[in-house]
Amino acid sequence: MNRFAELLDRLVLTPSRNGKLTLLTDYFRSVEDPDRGLALAAITGDLKIAAVKPAMLRMLVTERMDPVLFGYSYDYVGDLAETVSLVWPQTPGRIANREPTLGEVVAKLQAASRSDGPKVLTGLLDSAGISARFAIIKLVTGGLRIGVSARLAKQALADFGKVDVAEIEELWHGLSPPYTVLFAWLEGKAEKPRNTAMALFRPVMLSNPVGDGDLEKLDPADYAAEWKWDGIRVQAVAEGGIRRLYSRTGDDVSGAFPDLADAMHFSAALDGELLVGDPREATGTFSDLQQRLNRKTVTPKMQQQYPAFMRCYDVLQIGAEDLRPLSFRERRGRLEAFIGTLDPSRFDLSPFVDFADWQALEDLRRAPPHPIIEGVMLKRWDSPYVAGRPKGPWFKWKRDPHTVDAVLMYAQRGHGKRSSFYSDYTFGVWSGVEGAEELVPVGKAYFGFTDEELKQIDKYVRDNTVERFGPVRSVRADRDNGLVLEVAFEGLNRSTRHKSGVAMRFPRISRLRWDKPANEADRIETLQALLDR
Amino acid sequence: MRASDLLHPRPEGLYCPPGDFFIDPVRPVNRALITHGHSDHARSGHGSVLATQQTLDIMGLRYGEDFAGTTQAAALGERIALDGVDVSFHPAGHVLGSAQISVEHQGRRIVASGDYKRQKDATCLPFEPIRCDVFITEATFGLPVFRHPPDTEEIARLLKSAAQFPERSHLVGAYALGKAQRVMRLLRDAGYDRPLYIHGALAKLSAYYQSQGIDLGELEPATVEDGGKQDFAGAIVVGPPSAFADRWARRFPDPISCFASGWMRIRQRAKQGGVELPLIISDHADWDELTATIKETGAAEIWVTHGREEALVRWCELEGIAARPLHLVGYEDEGD
Repeated sequence: MNRFAELLDRLVLTPSRNGKLTLLTDYFRSVEDPDRGLALAAITGDLKIAAVKPAMLRMLVTERMDPVLFGYSYDYVGDLAETVSLVWPQTPGRIANREPTLGEVVAKLQAASRSDGPKVLTGLLDSAGISARFAIIKLVTGGLRIGVSARLAKQALADFGKVDVAEIEELWHGLSPPYTVLFAWLEGKAEKPRNTAMALFRPVMLSNPVGDGDLEKLDPADYAAEWKWDGIRVQAVAEGGIRRLYSRTGDDVSGAFPDLADAMHFSAALDGELLVGDPREATGTFSDLQQRLNRKTVTPKMQQQYPAFMRCYDVLQIGAEDLRPLSFRERRGRLEAFIGTLDPSRFDLSPFVDFADWQALEDLRRAPPHPIIEGVMLKRWDSPYVAGRPKGPWFKWKRDPHTVDAVLMYAQRGHGKRSSFYSDYTFGVWSGVEGAEELVPVGKAYFGFTDEELKQIDKYVRDNTVERFGPVRSVRADRDNGLVLEVAFEGLNRSTRHKSGVAMRFPRISRLRWDKPANEADRIETLQALLDR
Repeated sequence: MRASDLLHPRPEGLYCPPGDFFIDPVRPVNRALITHGHSDHARSGHGSVLATQQTLDIMGLRYGEDFAGTTQAAALGERIALDGVDVSFHPAGHVLGSAQISVEHQGRRIVASGDYKRQKDATCLPFEPIRCDVFITEATFGLPVFRHPPDTEEIARLLKSAAQFPERSHLVGAYALGKAQRVMRLLRDAGYDRPLYIHGALAKLSAYYQSQGIDLGELEPATVEDGGKQDFAGAIVVGPPSAFADRWARRFPDPISCFASGWMRIRQRAKQGGVELPLIISDHADWDELTATIKETGAAEIWVTHGREEALVRWCELEGIAARPLHLVGYEDEGD
């Protein structure tokens, strides 16, 4: 249990992706079955343990210590799981000779009935040390919150076994904790597990951005063009009565879109974009789509107001026939015929964009006919469907980013290579009536600048600090003083969480405007106008 | 005579009227008794200073030889009469030279702990519990959440990380007096025999520790000579915590910031400070040590100072021991 607890502690404080991967692969290498598989399941959210409510945890601890002292402690720490793990009084004489393993802890928790759950938990907390107690409480209260996505965990498995992450993704939904067969294969001790489960995920094909000079070398006649829809890439797989919607990384998102999943009366694997609206009438905007994102449960009203549909652009399988080796032209033909058999309110076909030459396409790309289009896709007619991001067959050609001139307000120290630099910037634009303008924060960015520019901003931050809060510095920013940053971003969402009412997508610093006075930075109305388009 | 007539807080610090002296005064006074060399306890500019020889040496290193009008070294356990008040110094286990001060007058004994810890520490003498009527305890970590793990476990985590990330350097933030040398000594005791790189602020004090017979192994200045960043790949660098946020730290390749402190027990503290590898190594007593020590002294009355007084006072109440907070100002726990 201590090794798992240590892993959690390290992961939560390690900001770099590579650092996290090293920690995970080292853990997989040094820890035996079933503990490593259970840890993996805990991280990917696939470990099923009956939850214990925070109130119950509080009751258990105040039964065994002075509530006033517990109150002081909780006020100071601020996190219930952490406080309880620290203050839990171990009963002398009940301390075990060795701490339980993760496997033993999980087995006990899973075997516990609802009524004896608290007793089992108490026994486990008595038998464990501080770090292990914290990990146990995290397991039973749900949500590890260690900044590791299922995707990153799969990448770590791939690194560990020196295989492509697509292979892990493809296998994933046929496996279950503690993944003993998977680890055996990754360690070269057994054959690759064979997938017998139905409706599995197929690793997706990805595109490369169009780079400078790329198009000059290509013949327009070799490529088809489609609009690039700014929805969610999904794969709809139905087989043997099982229906699944997968995200592009193979996470099962069916639960969030039951309306679409219920309409999957077919036996096939389709690739496309999830959008909201009724495709026969109108496609919803990104703000509409946002209503359906990141929700665990979705009300009938929500489903009615913002119905999900799929704009299909590829077909990977029909019945028992794997279509991936076929050319795009052939697959497209099969897809067009197949779409006709589906519910037209839930599935439609991504239309082609006709163009004669690259210049004509460029003009279309710059002025797309719908706000949820973010550019065009180019697909080679003769390309098979290949997992990953091969260079050549598929290109994305995005419209140019939006830009805004904003004023630097706060700067935060980075990590690792950047730990001595103020490298994360919060910036704002002006709001309020003339004469009483105020900056409102509209976003945060930590890349887009060169190393040399980073040094310059860092110096500016140190020289113009007004206040410090831990690793954050508030920087002088008023009508007469301030550093103007040109910020590029892909789009804008409405936000109730931010004071400004907007949230930027993919913001980055595109230019430092040393030349521009702070009072000439943009106003919030400029951004609000973008929202309403 | 009440205990508070023998010692009570004044703006300058804890004052003893019959002996006319202050303990750890924060402003210049005529006669000062100093528990240990941390800068919030040991200031310069007093008329006379009575402290252990090592504390006097450390003050000399930090402030220059003329840091006080006159100085007198107190041998541990020796009774010294000051205007009819008997004082004596006893090891506190905090840092090299640290001492508790016992103040005895008309049959009543008060012990001022200064800062102390009970964990074993190879760089200073262990704390000696002194029976007394009133025990003045510090409370830096006076909350039940503070429970320091064995320091050897913390050092093992540092060494494990150094092995896991051999291409990066590990920057260990540790206060210049005491903690830094303890961390270095712990690394040596764990078998780490490569040179340790130190920030300039640690040089004098570390050399002094070595001169007092505390072996810290080979120490090198953390300066870039001809090679450059890669010289520090895989290195362990020790410096004051403030240096790591500073431009000074840019000479190291993709550093992992570590911080050796009792505060690292709280995850949010580590997170806010941008610490990637918190090392819970403290020179102050944790909750269990504080409560055990209070019982050991047999004191009927406890005065609680700098830190989280209310929890310790509450604990004393539950145990039936008279206790009150002693409001002293100006102590910033430099040592952790």
